[in-house]
Amino acid sequence: MAETTPTHIGAEIARPSGMRGIVADWSSDQRAFKNVSWGKAMMWIFLLSDTFVFSCFLLSYMTVRMSTVVPWPNPSEVFALTIGAEKIPLILIAIMTFVLISSSGTMAMAVNFGYRRDRRKTAALMLATAALGATFVGMQAFEWTKLIGEGVRPWGNPWGAVQFGSSFFMITGFHGTHVTIGVIFLIVMARKVLRGDFDHARRGFFTSRKGSYEIVEITGLYWHFVDLVWVFIFALFYLW
Amino acid sequence: MVDVTHGVAVPVAEVGDVELYHPRSWVTKYVFSQDAKVIAIQYSLTALSIGLVALVLSWLMRMQLGFPGLLSFINADRYYQFVTMHGMIMVIYLLTALFLGGFGNYLIPLMLGARDMVFPYVNMLSYWIYLLAVLVLVAGFFVPGGPTGAGWTLYPPQAILANTPGQQWGIILMLVSLMLFIIGFTMGGLNYVVTVLQGRARGMTMMRMPLTVWGIFTATVMALLAFPALFVGSVMMLLDRVLGTSFFMPSIVLMGEQLKYGGGSPILFQHLFWFFGHPEVYIVALPAFGIVSDLISTHARKNIFGYRMMVWAIVAIGALSFVVWAHHMYVSGMNPGFGFFFATTTLIIAIPTAIKVYNWVLTLWRGDIHFTVPMLFALGFIVTFVNGGLTGLFLGNVVVDVPLSRTMFVVAHFHMVMGIAPIMVIFGAIYHWYPKLTGRMLDDTLGKLHFWVTFVGAYAIFFPMHYLGLLGVPRRYYEMGETAFVPPSAHTLNEFITIAALIVGAAQLAFVFNLFWSLRHGRPSGGNPWRATTLEWQTPETPPTHGNWGKELPVVYRWAYDYSVPGAAEDFLPQNQPPMPRTP
Ligand code: HEM
Ligand SMILES: [Cu+2]
Repeated sequence: MAETTPTHIGAEIARPSGMRGIVADWSSDQRAFKNVSWGKAMMWIFLLSDTFVFSCFLLSYMTVRMSTVVPWPNPSEVFALTIGAEKIPLILIAIMTFVLISSSGTMAMAVNFGYRRDRRKTAALMLATAALGATFVGMQAFEWTKLIGEGVRPWGNPWGAVQFGSSFFMITGFHGTHVTIGVIFLIVMARKVLRGDFDHARRGFFTSRKGSYEIVEITGLYWHFVDLVWVFIFALFYLW
Repeated sequence: MVDVTHGVAVPVAEVGDVELYHPRSWVTKYVFSQDAKVIAIQYSLTALSIGLVALVLSWLMRMQLGFPGLLSFINADRYYQFVTMHGMIMVIYLLTALFLGGFGNYLIPLMLGARDMVFPYVNMLSYWIYLLAVLVLVAGFFVPGGPTGAGWTLYPPQAILANTPGQQWGIILMLVSLMLFIIGFTMGGLNYVVTVLQGRARGMTMMRMPLTVWGIFTATVMALLAFPALFVGSVMMLLDRVLGTSFFMPSIVLMGEQLKYGGGSPILFQHLFWFFGHPEVYIVALPAFGIVSDLISTHARKNIFGYRMMVWAIVAIGALSFVVWAHHMYVSGMNPGFGFFFATTTLIIAIPTAIKVYNWVLTLWRGDIHFTVPMLFALGFIVTFVNGGLTGLFLGNVVVDVPLSRTMFVVAHFHMVMGIAPIMVIFGAIYHWYPKLTGRMLDDTLGKLHFWVTFVGAYAIFFPMHYLGLLGVPRRYYEMGETAFVPPSAHTLNEFITIAALIVGAAQLAFVFNLFWSLRHGRPSGGNPWRATTLEWQTPETPPTHGNWGKELPVVYRWAYDYSVPGAAEDFLPQNQPPMPRTP
């Protein structure tokens, strides 16, 4: 390892593809992910860490669900809504899931329009995403109210294992907080997009280089992640 | 577009020069600073101050163990509170914060040839949240009931039951403080990782990074994956304590009274805690490994032996340390079958670790060893680390661990391996980098005195504890009482240990004095007193100014270990020194 010239020569020299490309990038200087900005790299790593947080929550929930000797309340009954005369299991959760998944769609479109520098459409789609997210949180608040009205508390409930209420409020609460933060962030960013901050490189919080709408994509990463987590909560909490 | 400097092809800059935030007032320059170097000093001073508190607590514990009843204010409850706060502060608020927040912030940008961390603002927030966490922790001493006495492992159910000292407020503050620490750390940690991955200088490949950076980088990645478990455990225990949920609480009859808890899993907390707790050991060990490699290489004027192997050993240890956590739980009542698996993985970690030790020794082999203070501490580290590592092999085996667990043997083991060894590196590193921070050398005589007292003293304190452990003296005991199996000679030994601990403690005060005294009266050091190769010693100014590098960023041409290269004019070649132009 004596004197050698730096290995990576200029961006314009074509880089090998596939596995060898990865090796070449990681053994090059300056950056390991060649086309990834600092902000995006940071978000990815944060999400990896957050994945561990949610995994721990879900694994803990599964452990207490299995360790408790009292029967677990039946989710399809607990989470049923009576609409008209009909008692429909899981209907609210189904709608909530649909809303959240749709919001991922609008978010993806916002990212797309962001890269085309269509400020109007980007901002509109971001606001639509925020609205869907807010709807989701609203429905969750409704569900919480309903359950609390029926006597569910973190420390007990009328139907069985006390851990039911504890895990429910803890996990949906933690996820709901993530969605709420996302909604706030989306609104702030939509305002910046609309004002054209990213075209004029106006100085400020989270305003990156001129002409770069990357922050929209970074917000999108977070948003899709929160959606994905919901799918796991849905499967493990409501369907199990 | 290949730029040709000194006859060598150099890649174009991919990483744009950052627009630095320039402080306009004294407050933004020294208090709410976004400069990684200032943040590093803030982190270090806070960590060292709270570490002094933990040191004082260890004296008080030792006084009780050596001379029971002499200090009348230490009762059983107080003793448990001291044990708990001492352990938690040392592991998290001192070692983790100092290695990652302190050394990480200072060294990563400088060693990689960057102007600053990638997100200075977030970096600044990281420190302030850490400070808040420390304040919340310290508040525990002043609330009714005092800090928690649950042991640093905070095992439920006892951690939150009445009769455990600090059950009123202490445990709540402890959990909140831990959560704050984790949030603050995450902000800093993301910065360190992204800076290493995406913010290096031209020519700085990963395989040219000094091992210090490798150690800190790997430890940070581990911390980002391990702290979530502690975070979740803290949230759940806080809910158990405050809202009366039963995540970790089985049904309990306390003093003839049936508590409201029921159906939870105490062992779940142990799994969450140790999924964090074991990697935590390496979160403080890996930066120490990295730093000590650089100290040894620099002060023995020799390239590090087996650089690649060292890097892969760091990464392998980091990965393996996520699958060994239950070796702390052999006596917990978990499925005994797990013991086999976790004992095996534990012993496998010894392989990369041994590789590292061999490589340090081989680096020293026939080196031009300068017995400077940093070198002395580096050698002290190797000795104490090997010592603690060997007893670790004992404890990793289920059959040996079962009788030894919860005795002083364990206390001796972990103090050697994760108490004294990393502290040795911290001291060595401070003696090594102090000149870069201040432009002055620390006093050498005081330094050598500090080393010898600390090193010999640490052995005097912890070596006899192995023996006490073998006798069966339990850990976390406020007093022995009339315990028939403990011979009276054990008590004499305890007095000896206490006296040694007080002497070692006094030596640390000499060190603190040295830090302040040398600030003014130290010998001026110049920019590169150790004639070291790494980039932080090549800054245009010492101490480095805001932005680190003046107008032009450095370009890296070689690895970090070109010491005593045959035929070179000097016995070291800085990383940014271009190769000789090739004659056509
Ligand atoms: C001169 C230095 C030190 C002395 C004299 C000292 C002394 C002690 C003593 C007497 C105990 C309690 C033993 C018992 O009753 O169970 C203890 C526990 C502990 N110490 Fe230290 N210690 C020192 C440095 C450190 C350092 C640097 C660390 C950093 C890792 C550390 C980490 C711990 C931990 C984790 C515990 C266990 C706490 C518990 O049982 O909950 N100590 N120490
Ligand atoms: Cu361990």
